[in-house]
Amino acid sequence: MAADTQEASVDSGFGQISRTKDVAFRLLALAATLIGIVSLAALLLNVAVDAVGWLDWSFLTNPPHPNPNNAGFLPAIVGSIAIMIMIALVTFPLGVGAAIYLEEYASDGYLTRFIQLNIANLAGVPSVVYGLLGLGLFVGLFNIGYGSVLAAAFTVALLILPIVIISAQEAIRSVPDSQRQASYGMGATKWQTIRNVVLPRAMPGIMTGTILALGRAIGETAPLIMIAAPTTVFGVPNSLLSKVSAMPLQIYNWASYPQTEFQYGVVAAGVVTLLVILLTINSVAIIIRNRYQQRT
Amino acid sequence: MTNKQMTSSETEQTDDQQPNPTPGTDSLADRGTDIGVETSSRDDPATVTDRTIIESRDLDVYYGDDQALNGISMEIPEQQVTALIGPSGCGKSTFLRSINRMNDLIDIARVDGELFFREKNVYDDDVDPVALRRRIGMVFQSPNPFPKSIYDNVAYGLRVQGQDDNLDEKVHTALERAALLDEVEDQLDSSGLDLSGGQQQRLCIARAIAPDPEVILMDEPASALDPVATSKIEDLIEDLAEEYTVIIVTHNMQQAARISDKTAVFLTGGNLVEFDDTTKIFENPESDRVEDYITGKFG
Amino acid sequence: MSQPDFSHDGIRTARGTAFRYLFMLCALLSILTTVAIVATLLIDAVDFFATVSPIEFLTGTRWSPTNDPVAFGVLPLISGTLIITLGSALVALPIGLLTAIYLSEYASERRRAYLKPALEVLAGVPTVVYGYFALVYVTPALDTILPLSTFNALSASIMVGIMIIPMVSSISEDAMSAVPDSLRQASYGLGATKFTVSTSVVVPAALSGIISSFILALSRAIGETMIVAIAAGQTPRMVDLTDPAGMFLDSIQPMTSAMVQIGTGDIVGQGAAYKSLFAVGLTLFVITFVMNLVSELVASRYREVYR
Repeated sequence: MAADTQEASVDSGFGQISRTKDVAFRLLALAATLIGIVSLAALLLNVAVDAVGWLDWSFLTNPPHPNPNNAGFLPAIVGSIAIMIMIALVTFPLGVGAAIYLEEYASDGYLTRFIQLNIANLAGVPSVVYGLLGLGLFVGLFNIGYGSVLAAAFTVALLILPIVIISAQEAIRSVPDSQRQASYGMGATKWQTIRNVVLPRAMPGIMTGTILALGRAIGETAPLIMIAAPTTVFGVPNSLLSKVSAMPLQIYNWASYPQTEFQYGVVAAGVVTLLVILLTINSVAIIIRNRYQQRT
Repeated sequence: MTNKQMTSSETEQTDDQQPNPTPGTDSLADRGTDIGVETSSRDDPATVTDRTIIESRDLDVYYGDDQALNGISMEIPEQQVTALIGPSGCGKSTFLRSINRMNDLIDIARVDGELFFREKNVYDDDVDPVALRRRIGMVFQSPNPFPKSIYDNVAYGLRVQGQDDNLDEKVHTALERAALLDEVEDQLDSSGLDLSGGQQQRLCIARAIAPDPEVILMDEPASALDPVATSKIEDLIEDLAEEYTVIIVTHNMQQAARISDKTAVFLTGGNLVEFDDTTKIFENPESDRVEDYITGKFG
Repeated sequence: MSQPDFSHDGIRTARGTAFRYLFMLCALLSILTTVAIVATLLIDAVDFFATVSPIEFLTGTRWSPTNDPVAFGVLPLISGTLIITLGSALVALPIGLLTAIYLSEYASERRRAYLKPALEVLAGVPTVVYGYFALVYVTPALDTILPLSTFNALSASIMVGIMIIPMVSSISEDAMSAVPDSLRQASYGLGATKFTVSTSVVVPAALSGIISSFILALSRAIGETMIVAIAAGQTPRMVDLTDPAGMFLDSIQPMTSAMVQIGTGDIVGQGAAYKSLFAVGLTLFVITFVMNLVSELVASRYREVYR
């Protein structure tokens, strides 16, 4: 780039090659890069403006109501958080365990490559299909209830598990091999090395990846619909087997209401709430990552 | 620990004065009986005054289809510094890593032949490499302290080996023997990564000697350090040889000449070309190829 | 001082083995998940195909699972999915590719450092939010210049397209970054401009990575559910591919949207409508699975070339 400007300003006697196409292409590429970001920003601005006046304390603490002025988000918020906690409890140990196996134990054989390919493929299975898995397996076979907290959590947990595994693998892989060598050289066993050297060093990366995956989980809607989670509940869940709604489900439900007070008011407030919680979750992940990066 | 230090210094004197110490009179021999291996003096022309601690017989190492070591047979004497030198890719590091079976960690590595540690073939089926490594410490090419405190770094081996009684004392002793205690005594809780490169390497040496191994393997321990730090490490190695058997890989021939008692020269193809007293190797080697290498004609 | 023994320590070895198998179990769970997905889909789909023949399902042109006369022809749903995929491809593929070129070839290190996370945000917004945006902002805005239905394929396609941009751009950019600098240098050495280098050297060299990203992004578009369920409507109809206006301006129903409709309906039970959910799900799974696999195979080819 520096060379370009220099060439353009200094007449070196070689003449000028036309840069029109080059500059036009550069601007086109920049515009393409920005168009998605700008569109999203505009939409977010719109929804934020619409949410003003609707997103207030009573919205956050009331149950849903057919009258838009009384409609609240509380059961959905609590439901989402309850599901989220269960998902974290399930995916963290399973995801880290699988990543440890693949990075530290498995040799580079056919089985390992098969598992790896399988995980990559699972990450690409549509979420609505995971919903059918939940419907058939957790609701049907294990009979833990249509739309219960547990069924919702297990279903979405399986959905984000491949993402957790892949990011935990990356974190474990980024631990320098010299650290493992030092530990093995001290006569540490594999498990001692993993527990004392590999995991502490990989943990911030694992946490970041898991929390980001939870951020994805909190926005999932289709799997919850498939396991017949109610789109609206009026009370907060009081057990793992009680029926639960979640923020995106409630938003989906409200979005189908024809009144403009819902479409441009209550739903906007719900969307902003969901996005703020999502942003908070992702910020925590980024703070963990940055704090760790400063330390090493 | 104190007990060990005392017996060790006794051992050293005994060894100097008596070529063939009676088995069972020193702590090292005690260890030998612990593992059911008889410690005896070995008659060998090259090491006539020394007891052999490690002996390889026709050792081959392969990485996949590539042969990294070719029929290595050598006897490494106890409580001396043995240097392994040679051009890069000659297999000297591979040999070092086959002593404490670090090569086991490489999926494609395969070992043929025998390697005896106190007359026990470490490649026997009943040998657990973890147990073996607890008696053979290792220091690596670039300093690799854990991102833990200085104290926890040194205590690491003691903890994983279950020797965590009198931890403070053992950590202090190890730091002292690694000639690092004076510099870090006030900052044992700060991170090992905050130290300079040379200090980090001495920390790694302290970490290696804290559990009191019998042999210390060093894989080019000073190659990443500046000359001042290097000379400190070299002094330290000479001190360590009073208590431990040190086997050091180096590509620096002057370093080998300065600090080692024995030198093994590996040349291309994973062959051991000559192994003798360091003075002999550097002043009057048998092999022309070794002479060419020593005098810098290739390598 | 007690000395450690050389021989295997029974407890230590047992513990090591236990951990090994525990972790292995976690990894094998992923295979179990795949098996469970296939089994769940197959069991109910096979039931469904006992009442509705596979030929009728795959060639039927009418989809009406609950209203008499019931019909289970999946083609209208597939054509709906096709429209959304086509529309989002028209948005995401060129934009994603240009973005990748910009990031890999033009952007400074600093600019890339904030553009890339900003782009990732596009993929992180919950799809239900995109669906809502399409319904209440995009459609009314476009309605001022186009004769749009309340529910239409156009705004849904645009939203799906925006959502999958980062998928195209990040994988393509990875492939472009993997192109060795020596190739660029060779071209610059011949007096090429950056435009020529980007389009005639970098893009062709990274082509398999780019194609892999395209396939993966389209597979994501096919499986996308909430945007189409909210904004594209619930009108299962055979789309006339020769009539672009009719294709995009009116309400349609892709496969995923049909599944949501059945899932939210009160037909939970053992009827054919409920079972059809699994037949459609199986169709969707097979399509996306094959696409993901192809994408993976294409991607592994470019990894081989530059490794």
